[in-house]
Amino acid sequence: MLRGLWKLTWIETKIFLREPLGAIGTIIVPVLVFVLVGRAIATKAQAPSMSNFARVGLPVMVTILIVISTVISLVTIISIYREGGILKRLRATPLRPQTILSAHVLVKLLLTAASLLLMFLAGRRYIPPGVHPPIFSFAIALAISTWSLLSIGFFIASIVPTARFAQPIGAVVLYPMVGLSGLFVPVASFPPALRTLAHALPMTYAVNLLQGIWIGDPWSAHIWDVAALVGFFVVFTAISTKTFRWE
Amino acid sequence: MRSVIQVSRVRKSYGSTVAVAEATFEVYEGEIFGLIGPNGAGKTTTMECIEGLRKPDSGSIAVLGLDPFRDVYKLQNRIGVQLQQAQLQKRIKVWEAVDLWASLYRKKTADGDRLLDQLGLSDKRNAWFMNLSGGQKQRLFIALALINDPEVVFLDELTTGLDPQSRRAIWDLVRGIRERGKTVFLTTHLMEEAERLCDRVAIMEHGRIIDIDTPANLVLRHCPERTVVLDVSDQDTAERAAERFKTIACVQSVERDGNQLTISGRGDLVTEVIHCLSENRVRVTDFRAILPNLEDVFLKLTGRSIRE
Repeated sequence: MLRGLWKLTWIETKIFLREPLGAIGTIIVPVLVFVLVGRAIATKAQAPSMSNFARVGLPVMVTILIVISTVISLVTIISIYREGGILKRLRATPLRPQTILSAHVLVKLLLTAASLLLMFLAGRRYIPPGVHPPIFSFAIALAISTWSLLSIGFFIASIVPTARFAQPIGAVVLYPMVGLSGLFVPVASFPPALRTLAHALPMTYAVNLLQGIWIGDPWSAHIWDVAALVGFFVVFTAISTKTFRWE
Repeated sequence: MRSVIQVSRVRKSYGSTVAVAEATFEVYEGEIFGLIGPNGAGKTTTMECIEGLRKPDSGSIAVLGLDPFRDVYKLQNRIGVQLQQAQLQKRIKVWEAVDLWASLYRKKTADGDRLLDQLGLSDKRNAWFMNLSGGQKQRLFIALALINDPEVVFLDELTTGLDPQSRRAIWDLVRGIRERGKTVFLTTHLMEEAERLCDRVAIMEHGRIIDIDTPANLVLRHCPERTVVLDVSDQDTAERAAERFKTIACVQSVERDGNQLTISGRGDLVTEVIHCLSENRVRVTDFRAILPNLEDVFLKLTGRSIRE
């Protein structure tokens, strides 16, 4: 099963970095957003609401941006590979299908980690004094969120008809989830119908988990978020294995 | 002759479209076997069933004694595959593709650098796939199909879209594969390719195998007609020669147009005409034998041209 996994992962990473737009979109843009918005906030008056956004909202928002661009880039790559016959060509070797897909997930997790690291390095001075985000725990929370949302990416990739639709459909599915995730307006203040909808979306749990871990909550406080994210992963992976098309 | 591929009564449909209605044939060790027919005849589907990429609805297939669908991973270690219209990652480098492929097989693989050298791709080692020409891409796919030193090599429409020069170069490569003792199974809709390259061909149309034999035997069996067109120095000679030709058993008709004679018949026509010319000391200023080819066989068997 693992034969070729590391080599394929390494080659796919190099290929991704050779595509200038892809690398800029998934790594540089979220980091730039963080730095620019952080700077704008830092130079404004230290209003309490502002500083609260800088303290928790901004880093989580940028993190979510990273996750979304990661998922969309996975959807796009898989559908381009399918349309070009690359998936089929790879499958006509002893490579197992799950190895091919795992390699792509690994590449995406690697890139997410790189983006997160860059965000910390570039934005350290915009993190208000007195805040010491638990970086290691946050990275794990990010990995869990990304991993869970990638399974939705696979599901989208398995149903989009052609590569041309991959990006817009990915965006249409993912971005509205952010609006309902509680990142900008707390879920508790939603009308009941919207609140139920929010609880049916994985993004809500990802945001809750990331926010909580960022402000130093213990993992035990977010066991349900993690469970929900794992649940989404299991469900969408199971559906994807049925709906996935190689050509 | 050991048989390496056995296909028996294979059938495959997609929804209501029958891609392969019935295919039965065998491929022997060390031969170049061609599955020929127009686009949409079911060639690729048949090949992909044999490669284990598709599961036939019914019928049985054995490749090197293995069931291609059930033992697909075992089989893929022993065969090499080139797919029709396949692509690689746009920005993968030639050497990376070869290196990746070489790492996938359990057994010792062929020397990738030597393969690239043999295929004339050495100076493209660091080029991105997207920047290769059509012929270079096909040669890379041949390299990838050969990387595991396979016993059977599958080539699907290998030279489609290539210019005549690259096409000839690739034919030489395929003959080279056979010389190394491998079996080659290929599909093509180019009759010239089949005629020049294949030891045996199976003609496929509408998902059925119509006939299987060597190209020469197929032509002999289905298109025995031969025509000789020759010019002599003057009309008198032409008339005299025409009378002679009419006495040959295999001649069916002789037409004269000025100094030119068109002799039609079957079987050994060409030999008999030459023999008659030399016996009667007829001086010929131009001589042309028109022999049917696989293209004519196809037209005869199906009632339509393969190009349609």
